[in-house]
Amino acid sequence: MKIQKLMATALTVAAIGVASISANAADTIKIGEINHYKRMAAFANPYKNGIELALEQINEAGGVLGKPLEFIYRDDQGKPGEAVKIAGELMTRDNTVMLTGTILSHVGLAISSYAAEKKYLYLASEPLADSLVWAKGNDYTFRLRASTYMQAAMLAEEAAKTDAKTYATIAPNYAYGKDAVAAFKTALLALKPDVEFVTEQWPALFKIDAGAEAQAIERAKPDAIYNVTFGGDLAKLVREGTTRGLFEGRHVYGLLTGEPEYLDPLKDEAPEGWVVTGYPWYDLTDKSNKDFVDAYQAKFDEGPKIGSLVGYMTAQSIAAGISKAGSTDTDAMVAAFKGLEVDTPVGQIMFRKQDHQSTMGAFVGTTALQDGKGVMVDWVYKNGADYLPSDEEVMKLRPASQ
Amino acid sequence: MELFFAQLLTGLANAATLFLVASGLSLIFGVTRIVNFAHGSFYMLGAFIGYSLMQVLPGMFGFWLSVLLAGLAVGVIGVIVEILVLRPVYKAPELFQLVATFGVILVIQDVALYLWGADDVLGPRAPGLKGIVRIMGEPVPKYDLALIAITPFFLFGLWYLISKTRIGILVRAATQDREMVGALGVNQAWLFTGVFFLGATLAGLGGAIQLPKGGADLLMDFNILAAIFVVVVIGGMGSLPGAYVAAALISILNVFGVTFLPQSTLVLMFVVMAVVLMIKPYGLFGREEVAGEHGQVGEPERPIKPAGLKVRLLVAAGLLLLALLPVFGSDFSQVLTSDVIIFCLFAASLHFILGLGGLVSFGHAAFFGGGAYVAALLVSHVDAPMEIAFLLAPIGAGFAAFIIGWLCMRLTGVYFAMLTLAFAQLIWSLVYQWGEFTGGDDGLVDIWPSAWLNGTTPYYYFTLVFGIGGILLLRHAAHSPFGYALRASRDSSRQAEATGINTKRIQWAAFTFAGSLAGLSGALFVFSKGSVFPTELEIARSFDALIVIFLGGVKTLSGAVVGGASLEYAKDFLTRFEYWRLTLGLIIIFVVIVAPEGISGTLRKVAERFGIIRQREGES
Repeated sequence: MKIQKLMATALTVAAIGVASISANAADTIKIGEINHYKRMAAFANPYKNGIELALEQINEAGGVLGKPLEFIYRDDQGKPGEAVKIAGELMTRDNTVMLTGTILSHVGLAISSYAAEKKYLYLASEPLADSLVWAKGNDYTFRLRASTYMQAAMLAEEAAKTDAKTYATIAPNYAYGKDAVAAFKTALLALKPDVEFVTEQWPALFKIDAGAEAQAIERAKPDAIYNVTFGGDLAKLVREGTTRGLFEGRHVYGLLTGEPEYLDPLKDEAPEGWVVTGYPWYDLTDKSNKDFVDAYQAKFDEGPKIGSLVGYMTAQSIAAGISKAGSTDTDAMVAAFKGLEVDTPVGQIMFRKQDHQSTMGAFVGTTALQDGKGVMVDWVYKNGADYLPSDEEVMKLRPASQ
Repeated sequence: MELFFAQLLTGLANAATLFLVASGLSLIFGVTRIVNFAHGSFYMLGAFIGYSLMQVLPGMFGFWLSVLLAGLAVGVIGVIVEILVLRPVYKAPELFQLVATFGVILVIQDVALYLWGADDVLGPRAPGLKGIVRIMGEPVPKYDLALIAITPFFLFGLWYLISKTRIGILVRAATQDREMVGALGVNQAWLFTGVFFLGATLAGLGGAIQLPKGGADLLMDFNILAAIFVVVVIGGMGSLPGAYVAAALISILNVFGVTFLPQSTLVLMFVVMAVVLMIKPYGLFGREEVAGEHGQVGEPERPIKPAGLKVRLLVAAGLLLLALLPVFGSDFSQVLTSDVIIFCLFAASLHFILGLGGLVSFGHAAFFGGGAYVAALLVSHVDAPMEIAFLLAPIGAGFAAFIIGWLCMRLTGVYFAMLTLAFAQLIWSLVYQWGEFTGGDDGLVDIWPSAWLNGTTPYYYFTLVFGIGGILLLRHAAHSPFGYALRASRDSSRQAEATGINTKRIQWAAFTFAGSLAGLSGALFVFSKGSVFPTELEIARSFDALIVIFLGGVKTLSGAVVGGASLEYAKDFLTRFEYWRLTLGLIIIFVVIVAPEGISGTLRKVAERFGIIRQREGES
């Protein structure tokens, strides 16, 4: 009757057999890249393209430490537990030298905790959560992209220039949204103490009831609106809000709203006159930015997204870090990443010693419609280093540094 | 007051989509008894197909034609799914079909990604209905008014179809007693296909008609699933007016929830559902579930018996092999096998109440994630040592199961399943939105085991002892008087009561026991991963366990373990490839069709046929 147990055992043995064939050590430096390739394909694919482009350039120039650099891409289904399992597999079986990747913050936090426990280096490329480098920061985790706090502080600076007194906020009801609202409030109140927040809306992520949200904001009659929604939620909010005249005569600030990932799908309905953070790749003229955009367009026949830029800079940072370390020993690489300077399309960035956050900044500009699609105009690139709290505050925020 | 009225209208407009999709689900369930997990996927397909059609069909006429054609196209897809995937498995045990529909979800996800690409698309606006109308000074979009006006026509049309036509009579008859309808000479197969067509068409229409208010994206299939289940259950299974009232109720409550309780939008829907089900157990318009089946579908179930010597030796050999794994296997093979054991224990605990107790729970993740959270909260908030936290996790999860079990026990069948789902979702939304205490979706991290266990191999042995120990305990319980009483309560509660068994209490105890073992697996999980997030409490987690039980074989004791191990290893292998969801979906569908008794049950049959194991006496 229990023949099935035998079968299960046989299956286990077979799987173990497959598992124990160790990967043949080809002469490349391997990096483990974990991402939600299926669950968040719209974001992960441009990111992967960015990495591919950088790898091509790095390896044409002779690779790193005389060896080609190689990424192993794995799909974690958007599940933290799965990501941790894959991280272990990459490091112990595929002989990768470090880990990188993830978009969703909670998956990034899971890998970060695992990396610290197992003493692996993890470069969090895209997750935005502040806690990744502060409250839950650890010695083995570094983060590339400008955090929620930094981007919110940039918008708060713009908001403080206007005479708007009452603000409404709308943000997805999860950690990123909450961080983004808290950071914006803190930064704005520091600059303009008499500002008042009259309503806070918290739609569930990707389940927004946009008509109802627009009505709830309208009810509070704010002078300005601070938007943190993105993706499908943003599209619905923009449509319902525009239809109902919610944005007329109001200042609107949008975190990430100017990123092509979110602005492009809106086509000719993209909102006009919002002050946003984003990536105006179509408008970049300086050499380093333009070179990247041109190379990307030549290779993939489409414009880069912000994810492409982050992917490109991830590979660049890793190559620079390993070169500086002179080996793929974890301790040497961790030491090398502290204070590591990297020349990237957006200029030189540095991974700060005090909290492992890079100084990658963000583009801040105003949305407009051109040729039937949304773009950012009057943008400036703001250096991330100028939008981080003072070192004493960072010490307080980051228990790992104490 | 003006705004109040305008908000009411917004709620009613939102109800339109919800009603269309939910009524389709309700119809399909009412007639075929299939819990169609793929209904969200039909909705998503409707949106994408509608979007594509609207690109080529211009003008107002083109818009509405596109909506209609999208609905019909999805209806045809529904028919194809029904004929190819579901028809072969109608004879399988009840609820087995949901595994097949789960396979369909995976296939449709990858096909949609392939056809429409990964980017979200914003739906086109309805020509001629772009602006607003001012009602009492408040702006109301014209399209909202159109939706409010259209929905009653759909409701009336469906009502007419169901109440006044011959097809409708057959559908209603089948909803009440499908076997009797079959016995009276109605071709059930085509009736089912027809209902599937209608249900899928409604889902497709719902997807297309919401385009001007939103768009199409690849996450919308799962995003609507919970809401439509809630609507169907609140309204009453199979009731169309119920679906409409419930859709309106949920949508309107949601609109006011947004204004007055902006933080708790997630919780609200499930609170309403739990309250309704506790007052009206069969929904607002539902009728008490007639025992759907006359006896059991398919072959009669065999009695279980303790394993013989040969099998015991085999199991011992397998365990020895697992115990020796660290000697010959890699670090990763230990991690993978730990994951599999943890998952198998979780699935086995659900199998205990589902297979032996006949209690279908759609919310078992509450106890898995619950156990993990109990341990993690103890470690994070009171710095409890790992050993204490580990010990308290199953107790905490068991306590949660004790309470939830008490609240759910008065219901049976699918209503019971839905109520467990509602409570699981309540716990999920609580954990998700109570960030100060639970960390919200940032979860709880740095939950690592004590130093003596802190290494791959020590923790592997720890998992082996507790994981396999838990599974063996469940097996042992199945053969104890408690297990016999549980099966008696499942097979015939009246006779069981007559022999002096307090069936409800036995089932309640089983629910608690299974919950605490799920909590044990959750505790093993959290210390192996070092972190826990609300994803461990999600519907998808509960479904994972459900799927493997049916895949492994619900009527065999080892079903959960065999199914869990097969699926976990298959997933680990397949996720390395680009279109792994498509492949996995097709494999699941294939297994479902060729092995409707599950892997375990079918292997047993094959083994018997070839004389590898002995057939039991008294069987032909």
